[in-house]
Amino acid sequence: MSLNTHPNIPDPDDFYAELLAAHHGLSEAESHALNARLVLILANHIGERDVLRDALALVREAG
Amino acid sequence: MPYDYTPFPYRRAPGLDGPEARHPVFIVGAGPIGLALALDLARHGTPSVLVDDNDVVSVGSRAICWSKRSLEILDRLGLGERAAEKGVGWKVGRTFHGEEEVFSFDLQPEPGHKFPAFVNLQQYYVEQFLAEAALDNPLIDLRFKNRVTALDPVAGRLEIETPDGAYTLEADHICACDGARSPIRQMMGLEFDGEVFEERFLIADIEMQADFPSERRFWFEPTFHAGQSALLHRQPDDIYRIDLQLGWDADPEHEKRHEVVRPRIEKVVGHADFRIDWVSVYTFQCRRLTSFLHDRVIFVGDSAHVVSPFGARGGNGGLQDVDALGWRLAAVAQGAEVAMLRGYDRERGFAADENIRNSARATRFMTPADGAERLFRDQVLKLAAQAPFARGMVNSGRLSVPCTYPLDGPDAPDLPMGARPGTVAPDAPLGNGWLSERTGHGWLLLAIGQDAPTVEGVKALTLGSDDVLRDRYLGDADCALYLLRPDGIVAARWRDAGAQEIEAAREAACL
Repeated sequence: MSLNTHPNIPDPDDFYAELLAAHHGLSEAESHALNARLVLILANHIGERDVLRDALALVREAG
Repeated sequence: MPYDYTPFPYRRAPGLDGPEARHPVFIVGAGPIGLALALDLARHGTPSVLVDDNDVVSVGSRAICWSKRSLEILDRLGLGERAAEKGVGWKVGRTFHGEEEVFSFDLQPEPGHKFPAFVNLQQYYVEQFLAEAALDNPLIDLRFKNRVTALDPVAGRLEIETPDGAYTLEADHICACDGARSPIRQMMGLEFDGEVFEERFLIADIEMQADFPSERRFWFEPTFHAGQSALLHRQPDDIYRIDLQLGWDADPEHEKRHEVVRPRIEKVVGHADFRIDWVSVYTFQCRRLTSFLHDRVIFVGDSAHVVSPFGARGGNGGLQDVDALGWRLAAVAQGAEVAMLRGYDRERGFAADENIRNSARATRFMTPADGAERLFRDQVLKLAAQAPFARGMVNSGRLSVPCTYPLDGPDAPDLPMGARPGTVAPDAPLGNGWLSERTGHGWLLLAIGQDAPTVEGVKALTLGSDDVLRDRYLGDADCALYLLRPDGIVAARWRDAGAQEIEAAREAACL
């Protein structure tokens, strides 16, 4: 399976709000740490090396 | 009790009193690798001269974790059981972050193997056992206090200094088993490629009577000293080994002083009732020679490649070098094409890359650079206490297991993956003994559930199938043929094959 870059989350605005809420009240360093944990947790959930490699390539391109 | 460093006997070299006949094999360095190589060659009927500039075993514990594969290799030299009996077996590793235990692992080996996953045994014992066997072996001419001062790698000519003066000697093959700072490598002006990690470690052996479990304990950011990591291992004779990482700016001479070391160790073990046996400071690199073969010189062990100590890949990697070289060099010394040695360079170069990759990754995890490396490392440790997946990312060293050589010998791919060509033939119980006692002596054709065809120069071992053999060698098949090299590596395997196919596979495996 390749990386899905099409809309895939129902109610994306709700998710976005929850993402911001998770960072609420954190310092910049704490937010960075939270994001790092989130990346690790989601990467493990995806678990497919091809998909993860595609995602890493995409973030480098988009940056 | 402290180890008794009794010197080995020095004898006057024959070359001092007249020219020696050209030797087939000359080995520099009577550490574990040089000694094991001499014994392995002798096992295959090839004599060697082995020199060392010293006359005692190495001081301090140094390499302490010996893997299952190393014990199997030592077993073929007659020393596996002695090492396993003297050593301390362990299977539990605990990982801490600060004072908190993050998780523990259990290396409980599956049953049906002669040797456990690891035993801890000080390097000086391994050297002592090997040296005693070498001194007893008529095919090994072991010369202590003989130091190589110059060599011509093309002619195979060496100049050697002894307490009684200097002499010269010639040899067809020169094996440099002279360690990480290899004087032979330096004389030849050869450079290592790879990464240098600017990390300093303090190692201490301490003696204490303690009711302390036989576990590996590893701390990230320990609270008992300012460095990044610490490691504790139990060894025989009530000796414990502690490795403390120091900052790069630490002054080694200051750090080595007992009054500086003692308070830290008191914090590790929780009391002051111990004696310091040995303290040393080391730095490490993850680097290798591009080629292990240079003219008549063959680099073996740390002289060819060096790794960080986490993962026990130095001593164990070196013994596997010996395993891959011994049978080939013996064959070449007895008339086979010298090109056969290229297989050693190819396979052990592949293994060195794997060891360096693992060891460099562990080092990076332990000492992350500031920024993203540090951020992810810290968060992996934080997650590990709660989420099992993150424990797999915590890297305090990936412990040595033999690599699978990329061999392209005939394969029947539906047979079990764990015994495919390039792997060590898995051990299994066999009557009152073990399969590993029967492999690794010469070419062997393992016929399971069928008769073995007769192949010249290949011994046959016919076995009925039982549950363990079915699991490790057959899978769903009724029968199989396995061709094993003299180092016990699977060269090829078939459901069924004729003598000609097997002979062809054997010839191809010598290239």
